[in-house]
Amino acid sequence: MATVELRFSALPEHVRTARLVAAAVARRAGVDEAVLDEVRLAVGEACTRAVGLHQSSGITAPVKVLLIEEEKQFSIEVGDEAPRSAPGDKAPGSLGDDPDADTEEDEMGLAVISGLVDDVEVTAGEHGGSIRMTWPTTPPATPLS
Amino acid sequence: MDLSLSTRTVGDRTVVEVGGEIDVYTAPKLREQLVELVNDGSFHLVVDMEGVDFLDSTGLGVLVGGLKRVRAHEGSLRLVCNQERILKIFRITGLTKVFPIHTSVEEAVAATD
Repeated sequence: MATVELRFSALPEHVRTARLVAAAVARRAGVDEAVLDEVRLAVGEACTRAVGLHQSSGITAPVKVLLIEEEKQFSIEVGDEAPRSAPGDKAPGSLGDDPDADTEEDEMGLAVISGLVDDVEVTAGEHGGSIRMTWPTTPPATPLS
Repeated sequence: MDLSLSTRTVGDRTVVEVGGEIDVYTAPKLREQLVELVNDGSFHLVVDMEGVDFLDSTGLGVLVGGLKRVRAHEGSLRLVCNQERILKIFRITGLTKVFPIHTSVEEAVAATD
């Protein structure tokens, strides 16, 4: 069950907001302070990729970020609605003026995510794709009663 | 927080001091700055990243683009960075092998190899 859900128009200026919200919720969920920088970077990369996919495909729907707090783990799922004809395919319309640059940046973003996060799952289908990243959490100290 | 940029000349080097966050929104400003410097004939750049709070792959892409531009003129692009969280991004992408990374502007300006 999602703890916090965020939707934002596919614009670069909103990616920072997504990073800030994700880091705040992750901290609350008990993700280690030392890992928060990685959470911030990974969610930023995933959102940047989703924004790029929406913009290049002319999709007006917002990018969706689910921040999911579970027992002993915290997950972030960034969903886009850019259709791929087969898993791993580029979204139609992404072949813009400079296809190489698009592909390179997309791959660099994924490279950063896979370098940072041990538990990551990338899916893509005809209705869009998602990146789900999971981090372990430490239970909060027993509250004073 | 936004991106701040300032440039100064030290000998034959141009030092670009970057502050704030380099991401998908602000990276185009850094790209413009680097392109402008190269177009104006500054081919030996030192990018001081000590004031950078956040860097993502879009920022890395801009730095790689800058390196390609100066190399086309047999120039150089050196980085100054001591922050572990920024250095980590260069390491996981293998870019520590691509950029000379220095611990101070003085060191970067003096470097010749």
